Amino acid sequence: MDGIADMGGKPGWGATKPPTPAADEPVFGQEWEGRAFALALLSMRTAGTNLDSFRHALDRQPREKYIDDGYYGRWLHAAELMLVESSIIAPDAVEKRTRKLMGEEVAEPALPEPHKPDYAPTAAGSLRQVDDPPRFHVGDRVRAKDISPPKHTRLVGYVRGREGVVERIQPSALLPDTHATFEGENPQHVYSIAFDSHELWGPDAEDFTLNIDLWDSYLEDAS
Amino acid sequence: MSSEHEEHLPIQLRTEALEQLLVEAGLVDPSIMDRFISTYANDVGPLNGAKVVAKAWTDPDYKARLLDEGTAAIGELGFKGPQGEHMVVVENTDDVHNVVVCTLCSCYPWPVLGLPPSWYKDPAYRSRVVREPRAVLSEMGLSVAADKEIKVWDSSSEVRFFVLPQRPAGTESLSEEELAALVTRDAMVGVAEVSV
Repeated sequence: MDGIADMGGKPGWGATKPPTPAADEPVFGQEWEGRAFALALLSMRTAGTNLDSFRHALDRQPREKYIDDGYYGRWLHAAELMLVESSIIAPDAVEKRTRKLMGEEVAEPALPEPHKPDYAPTAAGSLRQVDDPPRFHVGDRVRAKDISPPKHTRLVGYVRGREGVVERIQPSALLPDTHATFEGENPQHVYSIAFDSHELWGPDAEDFTLNIDLWDSYLEDAS
Repeated sequence: MSSEHEEHLPIQLRTEALEQLLVEAGLVDPSIMDRFISTYANDVGPLNGAKVVAKAWTDPDYKARLLDEGTAAIGELGFKGPQGEHMVVVENTDDVHNVVVCTLCSCYPWPVLGLPPSWYKDPAYRSRVVREPRAVLSEMGLSVAADKEIKVWDSSSEVRFFVLPQRPAGTESLSEEELAALVTRDAMVGVAEVSV
C-alpha cells in the first residue's frame, strides 16, 4: 500500500545521520525499546499472525505513530494493532492501562474472546519451492507493473512502471501481499532486477545501479 | 478528554501497559522477553560479520564459497537464524562499491550484524540512498571515486545482503583475529571502508 513506510526516493526527510561507531551506540538506547522489540516478536505468535502481517501492521500506522516514537515505538504500535485485530486484547486496553499507570482512575475492558486469523504456515520461514521454471532469465528486460496495491506489497512505488534487467534469480518465496492478509502463500519466483538510475530518476540523476528483489507477479515482459 | 485517541501517550508507559496485559493473561513469559533482549543486546552483533570478513580475506577458498553460497558459508561459522534465511554477499572491489538499504522497513542481516543502527532506520537514509547514493555516502563520510560504479541493494525480499569490504593495504602481516578487529559494522553495510 502507498503508506508512510514506502519511503524510497521520497523527499523531505533531511540529511542523513552520521554513523556512530557500533561500540558507542547501545542496541536498545532505552530499556523500553528492548521490551517493545521482544513484545513485537512474541505478539506475532500470540496473535497467530506472521512477519508479513506484522509489516502490514507497520504500513498502516498513521504518520505520528510511525515516526514520533521511533523504530521500536512503531513496532509496539504494530504489535498492538495485530493483537487487537486477533481480539487478544480489547481495542482500548493498552490506552486504559497506560492511563492507569499515569495515575488516572479508569475502568479497564475485559479480555475479549480471541479471534485469530485462519492461518497456518506450510513451512518455517518464507522460502518455498516452485515447481514451474522461472518465467524470466538472467539478462531479460522486464518492467515493474505500474499498479498501486491497496494492501501490503513489496512492490515499492519508485520502481513502478520502470524497466530493468534480471540480474539474478533469487530463491523462490511466498508472496508477502497475500501472506500478510492470510489469503494464501502463493509461492513465486523472485528476481533481483537491476535498474539504471536514470530510468528511475531522470537524466540528471547520479550514475548508479539500483538492485531490488521483485516477485514474478510484480513484473511484465519488456523485451 | 473528548479526543482521547488523538492524545499521544508516553511510549515507555504504553510498552509497560502492553507487557502487563499480556503477562497477566498468561500469554507472554517475561523471562522469554529477557532472553530475546539479552541475545540481541549482548550475543549477536557485528563482531560475527567481522569474523566472516576476516576469514574471507585470509582464506581464498572460503571467500569463493561465501560469494557463491553466502548462507552456507556464513553458517560454517555458526551464524544463522532469523533474518538470515538467505544471505547474498556482495564484494566491494576497485571497480564496484555496494551499499545496502531497506526502503520499506529496515530489513537487516541479524545473524551477522545484529539489530540495525539508528542511521540505517532513519527515514533520511531509507529515502535518499536509492536516489542519490553518492551524495548520501559523502554526507556519511565516505567519498567514492568518481570512476567507481555504485550498486545499491534495496532489501525488499527475505534475501539479506552483506557487503564484503575491501581489505585495506598494509595489512598483509595481520592475523585473522587482528583483521577482524578492523572491520566495522558500517563497512559491512557499505557506508564506510575498512581502514587501518
